[in-house]
Amino acid sequence: MKHIAKIMTFLVAITAVWISLLQTAMIPQSHTWLLPLYLIVSLGCYGLLMVGVGLMQFPTCPQEAVLLQQDVIEAKQFLKHNGVDVGSD
Amino acid sequence: MAEEEEKNKYSIIVPTYNERLNIALIVFLVFKHIPDVDFEIIIVDDGSPDGTQDIVKQLQQVYGDDRILLRARPKKLGLGTAYIHGLKHASGNFVVIMDADLSHHPKYLPHFIKKQIETRADIVTGTRYVKGGGVHGWTLMRKLTSRGANVLAHTLLWPGVSDLTGSFRLYKKSVLEDIISSCVSKGYVFQMEMIVRASRKGYHIEEVPITFVDRVYGSSKLGGSEIVEYLKGLVYLLVTT
Repeated sequence: MKHIAKIMTFLVAITAVWISLLQTAMIPQSHTWLLPLYLIVSLGCYGLLMVGVGLMQFPTCPQEAVLLQQDVIEAKQFLKHNGVDVGSD
Repeated sequence: MAEEEEKNKYSIIVPTYNERLNIALIVFLVFKHIPDVDFEIIIVDDGSPDGTQDIVKQLQQVYGDDRILLRARPKKLGLGTAYIHGLKHASGNFVVIMDADLSHHPKYLPHFIKKQIETRADIVTGTRYVKGGGVHGWTLMRKLTSRGANVLAHTLLWPGVSDLTGSFRLYKKSVLEDIISSCVSKGYVFQMEMIVRASRKGYHIEEVPITFVDRVYGSSKLGGSEIVEYLKGLVYLLVTT
């Protein structure tokens, strides 16, 4: 099924759970009403955490720029020798 | 295993626009890194005014016009159609797509090929975001938006790959033909659409870490309109895949 359908099904399911919690009052009603808010805030915090962690661990490769320059020099030498025009563009 | 390798041919499609120097460098590096592989490089040039096609003809003199195919188009017609155009002329059973500005280094081609042979994957996609991969030349802001966009896309789409907008990929030719016919987006959303559709269709996708040296200095690719386009793309993918 389409992805959006999966998400809708999931949302409907947890809404059903939430409504049943309201009905049966296993948890005090005042708390239950706030559950969706808690969920959204938790999701937001999790998202921010993932962004922050990802940013800290963002893989960089400064040495690759150096290697690339070496490759460019080697390539230009070969190509010039074989009649390809590698003047600056 | 060696027998399988001998029967495989790789068609490397490189769309170009004003890349007269980079295309020569790329061709040299491809021949340097996969000398024993049966491949062809298909250059889809969109009428570059800087003489890219003249350089390609010079390269054909050096390397042979059976290995370097120039399949030009009259003007800039978009990336998706460039791939489709290249595909029509591809004689390999595998297709590699890569950028022409040397941000994708041909030294990773053996890694892609090896990964595909080992895992029999339908698609091998390069990822910049895992250990062993990486990016050079991005500001902190750029990294932040990239990471934020990635987290959002993963939360909404569950795509199954770590780098959604990457465009350094190896496809089985039949798989690429299948997916590309159902993709309609433009730009980097197009790359996202390709990989998400592939994932939805159940294709076997593997990843290899790649390093990406951003060669487009100073050009801010992430203004407000870019972000809006991205969000629109996400919603479109959310609803249609």
